[in-house]
Amino acid sequence: MRILGRIFLLGLFFAAPLTAHAEPMDFTEKLDIGISTDEISITSDFRGADLTIFGAIDGFNANLLAQGKYNIVVALEGPKENTTVRKKQRVFGIWINTNSMTFELVPESYSLSSTRDIDTIAPPGGMNNMGIGVNHMPLTPIGYIGDGSNLTEFRDAFRRLRETTGVYQRDPGGVQFISSSLFKASVRLPADVPNGVHIVRAYLFRDGVFVAAKALPLRVVKTGLEQAITRAAHESPLFYGITAVLLAVVTGWLASIVFRRD
Amino acid sequence: MTVYLPIAELSVNILIILGMGAAVGFLSGMFGVGGGFLITPLLIFYNIPPVVAVATGANQVVASSISGAITHFRRGTIDIKLGTVLLCGGLAGATLGVWLFSLLRRIGQLDLVISLAYVILLGTVGTLMLWESIIALRRASKNETVTLRKPGQHNWIHGLPLKMRFKKSKIYLSVIPVATLGFCIGILTSVMGVGGGFIMVPAMIYLLRIPTNVVVGTSLFQIIFVSAYTVIVQATANYTVDIVLAFVLMIAGVIGAQYGVRVGQKLRGEQLRALLALLVLAVGIRLAIELVIPPKEIYSIVSAGRGF
Repeated sequence: MRILGRIFLLGLFFAAPLTAHAEPMDFTEKLDIGISTDEISITSDFRGADLTIFGAIDGFNANLLAQGKYNIVVALEGPKENTTVRKKQRVFGIWINTNSMTFELVPESYSLSSTRDIDTIAPPGGMNNMGIGVNHMPLTPIGYIGDGSNLTEFRDAFRRLRETTGVYQRDPGGVQFISSSLFKASVRLPADVPNGVHIVRAYLFRDGVFVAAKALPLRVVKTGLEQAITRAAHESPLFYGITAVLLAVVTGWLASIVFRRD
Repeated sequence: MTVYLPIAELSVNILIILGMGAAVGFLSGMFGVGGGFLITPLLIFYNIPPVVAVATGANQVVASSISGAITHFRRGTIDIKLGTVLLCGGLAGATLGVWLFSLLRRIGQLDLVISLAYVILLGTVGTLMLWESIIALRRASKNETVTLRKPGQHNWIHGLPLKMRFKKSKIYLSVIPVATLGFCIGILTSVMGVGGGFIMVPAMIYLLRIPTNVVVGTSLFQIIFVSAYTVIVQATANYTVDIVLAFVLMIAGVIGAQYGVRVGQKLRGEQLRALLALLVLAVGIRLAIELVIPPKEIYSIVSAGRGF
């Protein structure tokens, strides 16, 4: 069922430019992007940074370009996980988690940068189909959700929490043309950027119509002592647990020697 | 001066953590308690996720119990045989506790259960201790002599089968109540991150009638192994032991305890118990308030990869 759902979504993705606008696929434009590295190491004192992506439009129409009809959206999508939103309610005077909803494979972080506000680039329907932007990314619930009447409420809470904690960000104006067809996009890496494979996605729109896209993987690797500890805790938990106990035993034992009173 | 806690996934002021560890160490030295029941709520007040606070609290308990147990071992006041029976129950209890912990975490009720358990436990123990110490203080002011119940008296517990002779404690007792006590304390250790000494010691004295001189050493013996086991199981099942946080706490804790012991020797027993009772009640009330007042944010996010 889940696989079917995904195929359906993929289908929507590819069908979007065709169905939304009954234009023939005669786009000559091509989009190219590049990052200086495909892997970034982040030290433990990392407090967030900007990542710059360069790109070029090929095969463009010079007239349209001069009129500013081309718009570019660049998104840095973090690794995807199933994510649960819980809601507290007062039960017998105590605040308890009562309802919850789990969304299928949503990015752990998301930074969006564009030539202007994405809602003015293309109609919302198109953005929804392609899942571009925090308000348009697919939030598909898993499991029983009743009559679905609280779906909007949980989706809104999810977006709001992710934006207030800074892991989802948007910068309308973060993409700038540096020459006629060359552009520079800066996307923000949040301070608590998750480890793993992120994907840089760039989309080109011509006069409100999606014409080309390009994606590049970017590996984010955290380094330093804290990261080594996190890795040890998750990859060799038994060894980690025994180490934690030994550390406590040695500390307690040393204390009994240093402060020996009898 | 901040330090990043890798498992709790947040930056904290190391001075505050050191201060917390030292204060709890001081109190634990002064009152002769392990301090797990204070350190875990304090960490929760400082926004450490309760799941991490509990597992890390158990780790801190190992360190603070070791030095006490070594002293008792040197003096020969540990009943290893009795301790082993307690321990068997304790390990079973801790296993069940960690399983419960994972289950509650999965259904999103863990934080609530931890807070509720603390409110009930601290409320009950604090009230009983305060009551008892007020009576003792009154008696002391009237210069009455305190008559403890004679250890020779028997209750229904001594009629249970499967009796075993514990030579060091000079008692002949069924293993059922001993293992059951260990089992209950084991659950508390893994769900709440406490050693459980403050419940186990009175239970051993008043319910099992074990001679007072071996009670503290024997309970410490059991606490070390049960909390060490809990740390290892929590680390493998839930990945919630924060070694950096635990290390800072235990260093500050063992130093604080030394000063606490010195101050504790100068105060009178009843006064000391009344003070501890007030402290226990205060922590319980603070946690209870947290459960009742409307939270700032009623929604929370948990993903498979991170977050609590």
